[in-house]
Amino acid sequence: MNATRTALRAWIAAMLILCSVGARAPAEVRSEVPSSELTPVLTPAPGQTKVHVDAFRLDPRPVTNSQFLQFVRNQPQWRRDRVARLVADEGYLSHWAAADALGPNAQPNQPVTRVSWFAAQAYCESEQARLPSWYEWEYAAAADATRRDARADPAWRESILGWYSRPSSKALPDIGGAPNAYGVRDLNNLVWEWVDDFNALMVASDSREQGDPDLLKFCGAGAISLQEKENYAVLMRIAMLSALKAADTTNNMGFRCAKPE
Amino acid sequence: MKRLLPLFAMFLLLGSARAATPLPGDSVYNLPVQLTDQDGRRQTLAERRGRPQLVTMFYTSCQMVCPMIIDSLRLTRNALDPATRARIDLLAVSFDPAKDDVATLKSYAQKRKLDPRIWTLARAEPAQVRQLSGVLGLQYRQLPDGEFNHSSELILLDADGRIAARTTRIGKLDPEFVEAIRKVVAQPQS
Repeated sequence: MNATRTALRAWIAAMLILCSVGARAPAEVRSEVPSSELTPVLTPAPGQTKVHVDAFRLDPRPVTNSQFLQFVRNQPQWRRDRVARLVADEGYLSHWAAADALGPNAQPNQPVTRVSWFAAQAYCESEQARLPSWYEWEYAAAADATRRDARADPAWRESILGWYSRPSSKALPDIGGAPNAYGVRDLNNLVWEWVDDFNALMVASDSREQGDPDLLKFCGAGAISLQEKENYAVLMRIAMLSALKAADTTNNMGFRCAKPE
Repeated sequence: MKRLLPLFAMFLLLGSARAATPLPGDSVYNLPVQLTDQDGRRQTLAERRGRPQLVTMFYTSCQMVCPMIIDSLRLTRNALDPATRARIDLLAVSFDPAKDDVATLKSYAQKRKLDPRIWTLARAEPAQVRQLSGVLGLQYRQLPDGEFNHSSELILLDADGRIAARTTRIGKLDPEFVEAIRKVVAQPQS
């Protein structure tokens, strides 16, 4: 039995090595986003309008189907037929042709979608990275091609809002839109994206009435309010993220990874 | 290679037979979380399998809702008949591992007279706190002054760690939640 086990271990090890060699493209250099003060759409605290964001590095593109396929091959516990329901719902990677094959509905260069927050986290961890925080994402996404904060420009806001009217049944374009001022692409007009603290974006709009039993649902959350109310695009992102559970997947929710500077 | 495959399958079967019954896929015990309690004892979340649990998340420096969360847990437990009460455990995990070290949890437990045979106050590393809040469906954010906004809920886990019921009613008893606990405890052990 011992000899068999040794042989088995050797076989498994060999398979693992075979699987991890080749196929993997060299990781793209993450774009550098310098530290700054951000005026987020969601007030950080009562009476406070700004938040400090430390310098960080962000993937210039969302993670693609082919990158995620490689991850699933390296870490088979994330195959759709092996993953625990706790960390990924029934829709997880359901548009792939098979548990380890992309097929016609999942092109290699399309952003991967139908991934849960847990799966996105595990992917970034496998890259020695993490998901960006909401503030990091909001900060990077405030830039257009030339300005670091284009949010006050009505034309810019319009262009982002245009994306939201795109029917979600339409096939997703490939990654590789125009870079913004940091060299980051596809933030505002390709997919929704998970962030590390997606379940921190509490909007306590259901606690408007005095004596509402829901008032106690969020400890102290009555104090949180929205500023930059005209920034609908970002507000919709917040509403989307705060409505999701960590195991949820949707056909237009993807992610990218970040790293501290 | 071909001859090895059946062996490999057998190996898998043997392995799973030796372990306890596999966890249901929707059990929160699938999540690897390392807890440290108010007495410094380390325990994985999954080690709590076997008995139904009342679970919540809180933090000790919280002046607003958290004292009421602990009160609500106590109130709920007291509403159960003694036989049911004896078959459940209480677990409260901190949102604030930076401030809630073992000594802080301990002094909080003493101040609030939380019997360690019944109550586990625990901390975990920050990334695991975020994951745990994810599987429990709780939201939280830290504010610049160190306070937290968070959802306040009591959650019932069955003996295998599946979420069986939850209540957002804090500060007074939720009879439906109490009834759900009775039912889960009365279930035959799987």
